[in-house]
Amino acid sequence: MSIIENHETVGTPFCSNPKLSARDVGVFYGDKQAIFDVSLDIGSNEVIALIGPSGCGKSTFLRSLNRMNDTIDICRVTGEILLDGENIYDPKVDVVPLRATVGMVFQKPNPFPKSIYDNISYGPRIHGLASSRVDLDEIVERSLQRAGLWTEVKDRLHSPGTGLSGGQQQRLCIARTIAVEPEVILMDEPCSALDPIATAKIEELIDELRENYTIAIVTHSMQQAARVSQRTAYFHLGQLIEVNNTDMVFTTPEHQLTEAYITGRFG
Amino acid sequence: MTYSTLLIAVLIALGGAYLLGRNRARTLSSQGIKMHSLATHYGALVALWTTLPPLLILLLWALLEPRVIDLILTAQLPDSIRAGGEAEIRLALSKVYNLANDSDLMGQQGLLGPVAEHLQALQARVTLLRGGVIMSLLLLGGALTWRRIQPDLRARSEVEGIVRILLFASSAIAVLTTLGILASVLFESILFFQKVPVTEFLFGTSWSPQVALRADQSGSSGSFGAVPLFTGTLLISAIAMAIAVPVGLMAAIYLSEYATPRVRQLAKPALEVLAGIPTVVYGFFAALTVAPVIRGLGESMGLEVSSESALAAGLVMGIMIIPFVSSLSDDVINAVPQSLRDGSYGLGATRSETIRQVVIPAALPGIVGAVMLAVSRAIGETMIVAMAAGLAANLTANPLDSVTTVTVQIVTLLVGDQEFDSPKTLAAFALGLVLFVVTLALNYVALKIVQKYREQYD
Amino acid sequence: MTDSAMSTRAKVEKSMKKRRAAESRFRTYGLLSVLFGVLCLVVLFGNIFSKGFSAFSQTVLTTTIHLDTDYLGVTATSDPQELRNADYEGLIKQYLKDTYEPSGRRERRDLYGMVSVGAAWQLQDMVLENPSLLGQTIHINMTMDDDVDQWFKHDRGTANEALRFSEQQLVWLHDWVDSGALHGRFNTIFFTNGDSREPELAGIRGAITGTFLTLLVTFLLSFPIGVSAAIYLEEFAPKNRLTEIVEININNLAAVPSITFGLLGLAIFINIFGVSRSTPLVGGLVLTLMTLPTIIISGRAAIKAVPPSIREAALGLGASKMQVVFHHVLPLALPGMLTGTIIGMAQALGETAPLLMIGMIAFVVDVPGFINDPSTVLPVQIFLWSDSPERAFTERTSGAIMVLLGFLILMNTAAVMLRRRLERRW
Repeated sequence: MSIIENHETVGTPFCSNPKLSARDVGVFYGDKQAIFDVSLDIGSNEVIALIGPSGCGKSTFLRSLNRMNDTIDICRVTGEILLDGENIYDPKVDVVPLRATVGMVFQKPNPFPKSIYDNISYGPRIHGLASSRVDLDEIVERSLQRAGLWTEVKDRLHSPGTGLSGGQQQRLCIARTIAVEPEVILMDEPCSALDPIATAKIEELIDELRENYTIAIVTHSMQQAARVSQRTAYFHLGQLIEVNNTDMVFTTPEHQLTEAYITGRFG
Repeated sequence: MTYSTLLIAVLIALGGAYLLGRNRARTLSSQGIKMHSLATHYGALVALWTTLPPLLILLLWALLEPRVIDLILTAQLPDSIRAGGEAEIRLALSKVYNLANDSDLMGQQGLLGPVAEHLQALQARVTLLRGGVIMSLLLLGGALTWRRIQPDLRARSEVEGIVRILLFASSAIAVLTTLGILASVLFESILFFQKVPVTEFLFGTSWSPQVALRADQSGSSGSFGAVPLFTGTLLISAIAMAIAVPVGLMAAIYLSEYATPRVRQLAKPALEVLAGIPTVVYGFFAALTVAPVIRGLGESMGLEVSSESALAAGLVMGIMIIPFVSSLSDDVINAVPQSLRDGSYGLGATRSETIRQVVIPAALPGIVGAVMLAVSRAIGETMIVAMAAGLAANLTANPLDSVTTVTVQIVTLLVGDQEFDSPKTLAAFALGLVLFVVTLALNYVALKIVQKYREQYD
Repeated sequence: MTDSAMSTRAKVEKSMKKRRAAESRFRTYGLLSVLFGVLCLVVLFGNIFSKGFSAFSQTVLTTTIHLDTDYLGVTATSDPQELRNADYEGLIKQYLKDTYEPSGRRERRDLYGMVSVGAAWQLQDMVLENPSLLGQTIHINMTMDDDVDQWFKHDRGTANEALRFSEQQLVWLHDWVDSGALHGRFNTIFFTNGDSREPELAGIRGAITGTFLTLLVTFLLSFPIGVSAAIYLEEFAPKNRLTEIVEININNLAAVPSITFGLLGLAIFINIFGVSRSTPLVGGLVLTLMTLPTIIISGRAAIKAVPPSIREAALGLGASKMQVVFHHVLPLALPGMLTGTIIGMAQALGETAPLLMIGMIAFVVDVPGFINDPSTVLPVQIFLWSDSPERAFTERTSGAIMVLLGFLILMNTAAVMLRRRLERRW
């Protein structure tokens, strides 16, 4: 499984209505290159799944889509990533509005050690999205409702968010993200720390959210990718091997590495 | 034999006994006898039994000898002196010691001459006896253990058992220290509170411990209301905290969240150097540089500033505590998981929003613990206040005035000639008791909070 | 949806100006805090160094003086006792009188006052060392009084000089300077003398020796006890309530004000056990109790850092627990323990308050020779001198602080280097 020289991504990495477009993206940690020349479009209102074996760079690629990698000192990104046609790595671009537009949900639920209400209202408050207390209450309720958490927590909005169960915490984190009204949501293995029932709820939620948001989800589970996504991108050792409609990837993969992966020969 | 000679003798015996024991075991095993333990274990066993008992006895002897000799001498003092009470007996005894130890004075036979001669004879006998006892213990211990060396003697387990006890004793010293501090301040404090009521001490507002030299002089009792000391201590500590907490915390935040590695590499050791400077140096700086500057500044603004203002001492104490706060906060801030920061950044928060609204609230218990430790340190700090704060027990909240603190008073009351059992000396221990209890409570609570906080994120 | 999303972005962009300002403000506060700390350090060091630097030079007057055997009443063959008792002070006064011809008692007194009483002792030392000098005319660098010293170093040519010296004195002083007779020299007295009431004769040798003896006692007691306690707590202590109490106790003890250790020393070591006051012995005992927590805590950390695999390997070979600890764990943990001990000793070196309680504040002229001699230590010497009104003492206080800081830097550098070596190995 060595790095393939001068490879071309097979399948259909580009689409007609891209929300985000990556062009020749490379990511370096110090001297070590983690991502090699990835070009990929993420279409509006689609769910795209990023799959691949551990350490293939899918999370790294995801984190470069809203510049979360900036928080790591030694990390460097080359190439360009366009959000609505604008390069997010342009020096003029401020990460704050970028991240407000491209939100992120993490692998481990990470609610702030604050009340449920404060967790949700944190984003709108710092961004000045609500003009009044009533407004803010409304945003909190709407976000929790969309995340399917409202009925479970409406009576204890002011108890700590860390007191919820794992699945509830993750939905709280999703609610927290959509409270800012982003356009794209990045999800980094959002269900890896959850039990099957909680996972099912989150998957259901992702399906509903597709209506309003563009979603990129990194997942370790091929079943999950098959259930929630329309397109699937397969990463291998930092390279994007194949992008295709999810059905195609799982039934008739074009590339032999993709086939090897989905048939379980490595992973 | 003197103590040092005896100690050297014990050390020599240690080596000798080890070799003797080891060689005997080797001889036995070379005769083809299967020994239970290695030869070195037998050596160590003989060495331990040879030297430990004499060392213990020597220690006890050193503690008891002066007391016993004092008792014997007291019995021989002329009745006129013995009738004079504790202080006079002490004075006479110290004269006797001077007479006995200084050959030039021995000629001057006075009332105490016979006693001094007796002391000389006594000292000679005691020294001889001490040497005899120690030497015989050395020989006895060595010989008995040497004879015990047999193939089935479990030398290793016995040595390990003794070493284990010694190790335990070492760790018990820490507990004994706490008990020792508590006992020393408690005992004298009880004596003090028999002379001065607790309520007067804790709630009285007038402090002037200068007891007159003779009982018949006016104002002989002194007054021991410690409230001005408590308020003075609090005032100076509050000034110190007002500097150290914001500066220390912000410095820690800057160094851990903003600074480039290069800046961090330079600034962190610089702050650590600040922490390593002895407090006496800060005191000198406060008294000779900062206080005059503050006074000059104040006077140029038309304010009346005492030359030993609380502000000068508090300011310098604050500087001293900055690195303490910053290194504790640094630990605490670094313990906040990266995932919380990521969560905030992922929503588009800026660095300062993340720090102020996520990191600090998450680290708050740890920061509170750190601040409490810093407060305890400020309360117990002695040299800066002893050199830069005054002695006047003013009950004031004006930082430009001179105030005094608990620690300054302890130093003042105990430095120089002290009379034991005078309320003046005992008052120092009562203040020590307050200081010890307050700082211990602060430390205990602070350490608990910090520990709980760490467990939360482990 | 697109509308509302657009407005999110617009709203965020709108808030950015204020937030960027808040961000840079916050960042500036942080930077200012760091700079404040560093500035304090620079000011403190600059202040001490600028004041103390001159302590390392001493003003002397180079002259030739005739060791008049008639005046002194001794010859090269006199016995040492006679040589010692000769009137060197008188000789110097005689010489000054003859050379500078002061008129009147007042001027005479002014003239004599400019030379330190130490000058007579210099002559005495020279004669005792080499009696054949008697009868000859010799070169001598006479130690000058602290007033002259301070004038030479600081006040020369300023308006202040008239405050301390008469006109005639100033004429002499300027003559001496112009002829090059009055000049500064490395201040050996500062390092070879004990304390003195005369600033120009006061030195730190007594304090340094006292410090050394005190730290020696501290080290000899605290290192073995601290290491033993760390070993016990980390390797042998059963996990029960008692052990927990010991642990809490040690952590608390590390944060107890140092002055309370002084109270313990006074009440228990001196008043109950009868150890003599003001000695390195009792000082060392007190500092031992004070540094023990530091040594134990760092010792335990060092033992914890030894990988368990090493223990398991040795245990697997049938070694007893004790053998594992002493043969395998301890040698690996020792550098870390030493680092902690050096840091503890550095703390003890700078400690003042508890030593005041146990009488190490006494004015001690003689250099202590043993742990049972009355002595003082460097920080206490600093405390004592800082209280003296003479300007020359302020200078010497700063000089002594520089020496103290020098020792501290040395010890901490040693600790840092030891730690570096340790890190490389693991």
